[in-house]
Amino acid sequence: MIKNIYSFILKRYVVITPLLLVLIVAQREEYSQLTTSGTFGSAIRLAIPIMLAGLGGLFSEKTGVVNIGLEGMMIMGTWFGAWGGFTYGAWQGVFIGMLGGALFGFIHAIATVSFQVDHIVSGVAINILAAGVARFLNVISFEDIAYASSTASPRITGEIGKMTVPFLAGGPINDEETFNLFGNIENLDIFLISDFAGFILGFLSNISYLTIFALAIVPFSLFILWHTPIGLQMRSVGEYPTGSESLGVNVYLMKYIGVTISGALSGLAGAYLVIGGTGIYLEGQTGGRGFIGLASMLFGNYKPFGILMGSGLFGFADALQLRSPQAVHGLLIVISIFLFVLVLKTLFEKKYTQSLISLLFSGAFLIWFLNSTTIPNQFVYFTPHITTLIVLSFANQRIKLPEKIGVPYKKGELT
Amino acid sequence: MKLRLRIASFSAPIIALSIAFGLSSLILLFIGKDPIETFRIMFEYGIKGKSIVSIINRSIPLYISAIAVAVGFKMGLFNIGVEGQYLVASLIAAFIGSQFSIITPIHILFIIIIAIACSAMWAAIAGYLKVKKGIHEVISTIMLNYIGTGLIAYGLTNVFDEAGSDYELPRTPELPESGQMPALNNLFRLDDLQDLHGFLFVAIAAGIFYYWLVWKTTLGFDLRITGANPVAAKFSGINPNRLIIVAMVTSGGFAGLVGLGPLLGYFHRFTIDFPTGLGFAGIAVALLGRNHPFGMGIGALLFAFLERSSQILDLNDVPKEIERMLQAFILLIVVVFYEIIRRFIVKQQVKDASKKVET
Repeated sequence: MIKNIYSFILKRYVVITPLLLVLIVAQREEYSQLTTSGTFGSAIRLAIPIMLAGLGGLFSEKTGVVNIGLEGMMIMGTWFGAWGGFTYGAWQGVFIGMLGGALFGFIHAIATVSFQVDHIVSGVAINILAAGVARFLNVISFEDIAYASSTASPRITGEIGKMTVPFLAGGPINDEETFNLFGNIENLDIFLISDFAGFILGFLSNISYLTIFALAIVPFSLFILWHTPIGLQMRSVGEYPTGSESLGVNVYLMKYIGVTISGALSGLAGAYLVIGGTGIYLEGQTGGRGFIGLASMLFGNYKPFGILMGSGLFGFADALQLRSPQAVHGLLIVISIFLFVLVLKTLFEKKYTQSLISLLFSGAFLIWFLNSTTIPNQFVYFTPHITTLIVLSFANQRIKLPEKIGVPYKKGELT
Repeated sequence: MKLRLRIASFSAPIIALSIAFGLSSLILLFIGKDPIETFRIMFEYGIKGKSIVSIINRSIPLYISAIAVAVGFKMGLFNIGVEGQYLVASLIAAFIGSQFSIITPIHILFIIIIAIACSAMWAAIAGYLKVKKGIHEVISTIMLNYIGTGLIAYGLTNVFDEAGSDYELPRTPELPESGQMPALNNLFRLDDLQDLHGFLFVAIAAGIFYYWLVWKTTLGFDLRITGANPVAAKFSGINPNRLIIVAMVTSGGFAGLVGLGPLLGYFHRFTIDFPTGLGFAGIAVALLGRNHPFGMGIGALLFAFLERSSQILDLNDVPKEIERMLQAFILLIVVVFYEIIRRFIVKQQVKDASKKVET
């Protein structure tokens, strides 16, 4: 039993050590923002678009089509979401944003499935196309409307409702305040327990219905892909298209479905950025989140709940950079100590060069931490991106890719 | 290759161009503009003397950027990070170059070497992450672009900012006279036009060097064979990991030159309005020109032409963003048609070969 726990910790040290360190550092007054319900709340809001893009990547890649175009489909989601939101209303905007993404997913499917264009080439082309189309559409649609420019749309009309769960998080019933269980626990400031309460509270208070809708897609994707006949067919197409064909599966149709769903989910991710966030379309507001979604898919090892976890991590990094540059500074010491753990581990494994490099970096981060009180804004801005690289470099070795990922399939051709 | 097949392979870009123009015309009709009139205005404006100089100037960085991307493409490696690489390199080269003054050729050569080195090192990170950590280069280079942008913003305001200048926005000190590339106007007798960048010659040299590197050296052979068939390449004794690093560094090295055309020829310093987006445009040009030094040259000129000639459209009440759509359409349609034609050619070659065997 103890041995099991020991080996569990040893295998997951990459996740567990930083988590523990963050919790400890968060006890200090100046870094307390690291684990408040406010930070977790915005972490969730920022994680959702990444998660949706990751799920989009999942649907596409499970059918064997690499989708680098997620970013572009997300851009379409932001513009169409903003346009729909401005013209018709918030929920209609969400739906129209999904359609916009799905349209570009469909174009990607035409290129890669019907014409067997290299998947990455087509994805790159989709990204460039989407940026151009969004710019053009924005210019011609909002030409004479106040507060719109060539790179920004007017504000959406209508709103998506929010709710706070009563009793657990102090949400109102009939306009009367109720008891706030987790809120009170959070305020007690007990090590671990209050931090955990803050985490739960992030999910329960002030949560938008759109967020709930998006979170519901996680189990739904799991169900579709792993527990329905069509899901089985989609996955089989990614693993062994020739065999699927011989069993009567319509390979092209499955790929089309997968890639179009992928586009719709990325479109939803983009629409979420607009309707659940800024309220307007801004050029470049996706900021590489489609690619981070792809990274969260790899981190989550092609599993919906893994994607949820991965995107949560990126959302957390993103939330910190937005809410409290001060707290990001606390992460420096976390990185330093984590690298030191790595030094010990590599020493133990007799990998001396790696150990030395880790030691150097660990020292550098420590010096940086001690000699500063904040991190420059410009560094804080790329926290999610550097997190992506760090996370992937520790998590990437054990993933199981679909067997025929990225291989163009032509009916009747043996590959 | 037989003449018939050669014609077929040249037809792809022409068909794609026609379809892209057709689609754009439909869109113009849809928003109530006359497409023929629009394209006529663009063409007339684009072939003016001033425009032609501008088009050539614009095409220089586009072309080099395309070469940088193509080096990777040749072995199936996607360096999407040219964007970040050239910006990082331009900033550092602009700063170091402004710190001293020697005779012009040496000064410029020095700036070029610094830019190449910085950019190659920045690209090497992505190569390292792919080889050692298994991170796909598309993800790592994109992330490095954002990281690079952040570092540039920090470096420009805090490290490389011109000391004691009362200019409000951060910028590096100006390159001394000796670090500015002379224009070619005297050479071509273009008296009353704007400067034709001297970097044109470097771009042409880069194109020739790229051709030599990819088609005449062992490294180039390794790149091409890995791109065509990675399994065969591995069995023929090519070390894929070493090649990934070498290709990434080479691609990054070319990327270092991208920003130098504008830097040495026009801006003479790194400012916040230094041109961005050249890296992504380079991907499009490389795909359009099919990684061929000549094809990419045509592609770069075409894109530069569209960019320049669309400037006139706003004066004629047509949104000039139609040009971006046009570029994107060309790109997407051209990749589809290249694939169709490639398959057609392979089929024909198999047919011809089997005919020969029969007779």
